[in-house]
Amino acid sequence: MLLEIDDVSLLYGRIQALHGISLTVDEGEIVALIGANGAGKSTTMRAISGIRPVASGRIRFNGEDVTKLRADLRVRRGLCQAPEGRGIFPGMTVLENLDMGAYTRRDRAGVAQDLNRVMELFPRLAERRKQAGGTLSGGEQQMLAVGRALMSRPKLLLLDEPSMGLAPMLIQQIFNIITEINEQGTTILLVEQNAQQALARAHRAYVLETGRIVKSGTGAELLHDPSVKEAYLGVA
Amino acid sequence: MTTTVNPPNPEQREAAMDRLRHGREAIAERWRNAPRWVRWVLLAAVIVFFYALPNKEFYQYLGPIPTPGANFTQVMFTVSIYVLMAVGLNIVVGFAGLLDLGYFGFFAVGAYTVAVLTSPSSDIKTLWPWLLVVPVAIALTMVSGVMLGTPTLRLRGDYLALVTLGFAEMIRISAVSLPFLKGQRGFNQIPHPPGKYADGKPIFGILDARPYYWLVLTLIILVVIGVRNLTHSRVGRAWISIREDEDAAQLMGVPTFKFKLWAFASGAAIAGLAGALFAGKQNFVNSQNFELLNSIIILAAVIFGGSGNIVGAIVGGGLVAYMIERFRGIELFGLELYEYRFLFFGLVLVVMMIFRPQGLIPNRRRAAEFKDRRKEVIVGE
Repeated sequence: MLLEIDDVSLLYGRIQALHGISLTVDEGEIVALIGANGAGKSTTMRAISGIRPVASGRIRFNGEDVTKLRADLRVRRGLCQAPEGRGIFPGMTVLENLDMGAYTRRDRAGVAQDLNRVMELFPRLAERRKQAGGTLSGGEQQMLAVGRALMSRPKLLLLDEPSMGLAPMLIQQIFNIITEINEQGTTILLVEQNAQQALARAHRAYVLETGRIVKSGTGAELLHDPSVKEAYLGVA
Repeated sequence: MTTTVNPPNPEQREAAMDRLRHGREAIAERWRNAPRWVRWVLLAAVIVFFYALPNKEFYQYLGPIPTPGANFTQVMFTVSIYVLMAVGLNIVVGFAGLLDLGYFGFFAVGAYTVAVLTSPSSDIKTLWPWLLVVPVAIALTMVSGVMLGTPTLRLRGDYLALVTLGFAEMIRISAVSLPFLKGQRGFNQIPHPPGKYADGKPIFGILDARPYYWLVLTLIILVVIGVRNLTHSRVGRAWISIREDEDAAQLMGVPTFKFKLWAFASGAAIAGLAGALFAGKQNFVNSQNFELLNSIIILAAVIFGGSGNIVGAIVGGGLVAYMIERFRGIELFGLELYEYRFLFFGLVLVVMMIFRPQGLIPNRRRAAEFKDRRKEVIVGE
């Protein structure tokens, strides 16, 4: 198991956002976490990346207990998150943003290689390399966030709503790239409101409702599950 | 200012603003494109100018620049202290994006360290020489910065501003009421830095402020070189990323708390140095030197000049300190302008924040961040 979350609860002040969540991600997988607004998807991501401390439970990554580990040290262990929406550095250029992604790395040759790879994955970013991140369009910012996370050469890539606010065509495109990244050998945990796409791409998936996992299975299983269909796929 | 009967229509105004913008960008552009030697020569000329400035033989030809109501050399010393502090505060506010409302508190710690350890009116009577105490003062301010920062820098935004404000007040009130710190009576006979002229007279004294000014100017240059190198390193990148988006910085593996603490402590150390210089120059330190207003003025100066930009901070700190003194001794319609100096200052700040929130000489990134924030506000509505 690359990532193992065991009975994790998390509080925002006195409000309990997660009620004992357990999930696993195996090496090489794409795992999707779907659910409605406010179900606790992003909160789960924050717990995994370490931005938010958990109240109870354990998080193991790559055989190591990281429950109490600081977020920046988790990045060094190979756990990198592309934050939701506008989590890029607006004043830095595209290149500087990507460079920040490689902040923890010292192997210059490897970084240069990964930069080329990101530019190949996202030709759009190559065109805009000197442009300030804040002046990019929503889709480009999303690509930059994914590309920047890749620059840390993560073992596990956490993607928080990569399709948020994108046009349907761009959504297709970004999911194609996610699949491609996975095929190149990066394990991915994906949080999505766009359940259709997420389930179609994921090997396995979990359904989150009000801070609890209510269902899990392979992507295809859940895609055809009647209750999932009704609740998340807009089919009666 | 010209007042026209008909206000210019929006297009005209827009066009004028555009020309203005282009003019400024053209200067910046020309500077960036100038050959290296031209830049060095210009920079050297500016430095020489400022070294020459406090000499009467020089400044008497400068028309309205010397201050009519105060000794210009003394004013220039004050200005230089403000510039040094603006450079330090710029690390905290401009680079790391930490709102420090009590920066002057660190200045006070530096000044009082020197006073307590060197003055004959101090209870402990160590009577150490000035030069020996300066590193102690810097170290102590750094320690106080770390002590203040460790519990508070884990918090975000507004909390830090409030805590630093409280810190500066605590220092001030301690200075007023702790018997050990002598309140209004203060500490006298604080020694000057060492050094004698060929004829045996000491270089540093109360009457001639020039050596002190030159000393501070030299220190400013050294500090600026150091800060510049720092900002071009991994440390600088970490600071900027924290300022732009702290969560994202952490997600990229930046140990944010550590770097915030570093920014806070280095800023504090520079203020401590400024305080030590001030104590030596004044020869005397008491509780009236440390009004809260000073913290506000320095913060305003950094923002006015262009926070996040070293040149901006220097220009801001220099201009603000100078303008305040420039009002002294000027009467207009029977009003002593100096009495109203903060009124003008406030007015200029308000106008600035409306038309140019990124400051006189903005940082390129900072300007983009402002645009981004504005967009965010609109999206959020």
